[in-house]
Amino acid sequence: MHSNRYTITFALVICVSCGVLLAVVAETLRPAIEKNEKFDIRRNILKATGILEDHPQATPETMTQLYEKHIREIVINLDGNQVPGKTPSETDFKKEKELLPVYLRMDGDTVKAYCFPVSGKGLWSQIEGYLALGNDADHIKGITFYKHGETPGLGGEISTEEYTDQFKGKTIFDDSGNMVSITIAKGKIPESMPEDHKKHMVDGISGATLTGKGINVFLAEDLKKYEPYLRQIRKQG
Amino acid sequence: MGLISKKNKRALVDPMWDNNPISLQVLGICSALAVTVKLDTAFVMSLAVIFVLTMSNVAVSILRNFIPAKIRILIMLSVIATLVILADLILKALVYDISKQLSVFVGLIITNCIILGRAEAFASANPVWPSFWDGLGNALGYAWILIAVAFFRELLGSGKLFGFSVIPESFYRAGYDNIGLMVLAPGAFLLLGIIIWVQRAISHKVEE
Repeated sequence: MHSNRYTITFALVICVSCGVLLAVVAETLRPAIEKNEKFDIRRNILKATGILEDHPQATPETMTQLYEKHIREIVINLDGNQVPGKTPSETDFKKEKELLPVYLRMDGDTVKAYCFPVSGKGLWSQIEGYLALGNDADHIKGITFYKHGETPGLGGEISTEEYTDQFKGKTIFDDSGNMVSITIAKGKIPESMPEDHKKHMVDGISGATLTGKGINVFLAEDLKKYEPYLRQIRKQG
Repeated sequence: MGLISKKNKRALVDPMWDNNPISLQVLGICSALAVTVKLDTAFVMSLAVIFVLTMSNVAVSILRNFIPAKIRILIMLSVIATLVILADLILKALVYDISKQLSVFVGLIITNCIILGRAEAFASANPVWPSFWDGLGNALGYAWILIAVAFFRELLGSGKLFGFSVIPESFYRAGYDNIGLMVLAPGAFLLLGIIIWVQRAISHKVEE
């Protein structure tokens, strides 16, 4: 039988050596992991704004070029006005809650799409994604969900293209100009649903109704924040 | 005596079939249900378990004569947890997309009973080399079942293998449908049951 002193010393030695090992490895791998995360976000913005669709052969290298060529990053405030001299990468949006990032898809000098992050709670987890609207600030150009912890095969299907593709072409403003956001139905959209509702709705995933409900809530909330900005664009356009 | 002695070979081969951790001991089926919707996640999960189980067996075996009996489970768990976090970090750095799909399940390897089970039952009483083979064998036994289940679930549930559609479009037009049940956890339960049944039918093993 070992003495108490031995037991405690042994436990301490194991803890410290495990801790040191993990700290060293985490620090060594951190640049690679951060690079992956940053690249993943850029790829999602490219996907949402439809640039990847126009360049299906894009490789990781050309994606970075495409991003630099086509995406302009700006920061706006809650009134919908651009804040000059600020970029999303240098702004801490958690601290400065009155500021919002917008990623513009530029084809030459014309804006083709307005893209911004959407996030909130699904069923189990924080879901993060990007929503891109066409140049009328109404039709959805694309949406991606790149980070979530929903059940694989059920709620997890929200990140598949088969699912996100059905958002394309839906509208967020109704005929009288009210912002209605986008609703994920419970299961399939019922046939009986009137046409002017259907254009603001997408099919749900069976077995993932609650994930869909969560997305409905945060899409509406996030769109609300961008509403002044989107209205300005609509007025100008 | 070659590279690997008879005893070590048994430690390696036994868990593949006669003493399989999933199909015979029915351990670790939580993750076997969770990550087998698709082949690529099952494959990466298997690699992670092979890494963790082999290394944890080796580490526990090296320490076996020094670990105070009173806190041996705690020590084993810290070793396992360290290895799991290592595996998670490496996956994030190398195969970011798949590690995103595996999400919490890599972290949950910590609670996989096979790993603590092998550390306690084998590695803490055997020298390093046999422990290495025992860990590898059990991990491979876990891996092949995982991949077999994932193969059928992805094929029958989504009509794909490794993400590529393999069921021709004409089948769907002729009225073939993917089996939705296979995407859900009960589908994995059924498949596991069938695998266990088939295995026992072949090896004539009867529960006493």
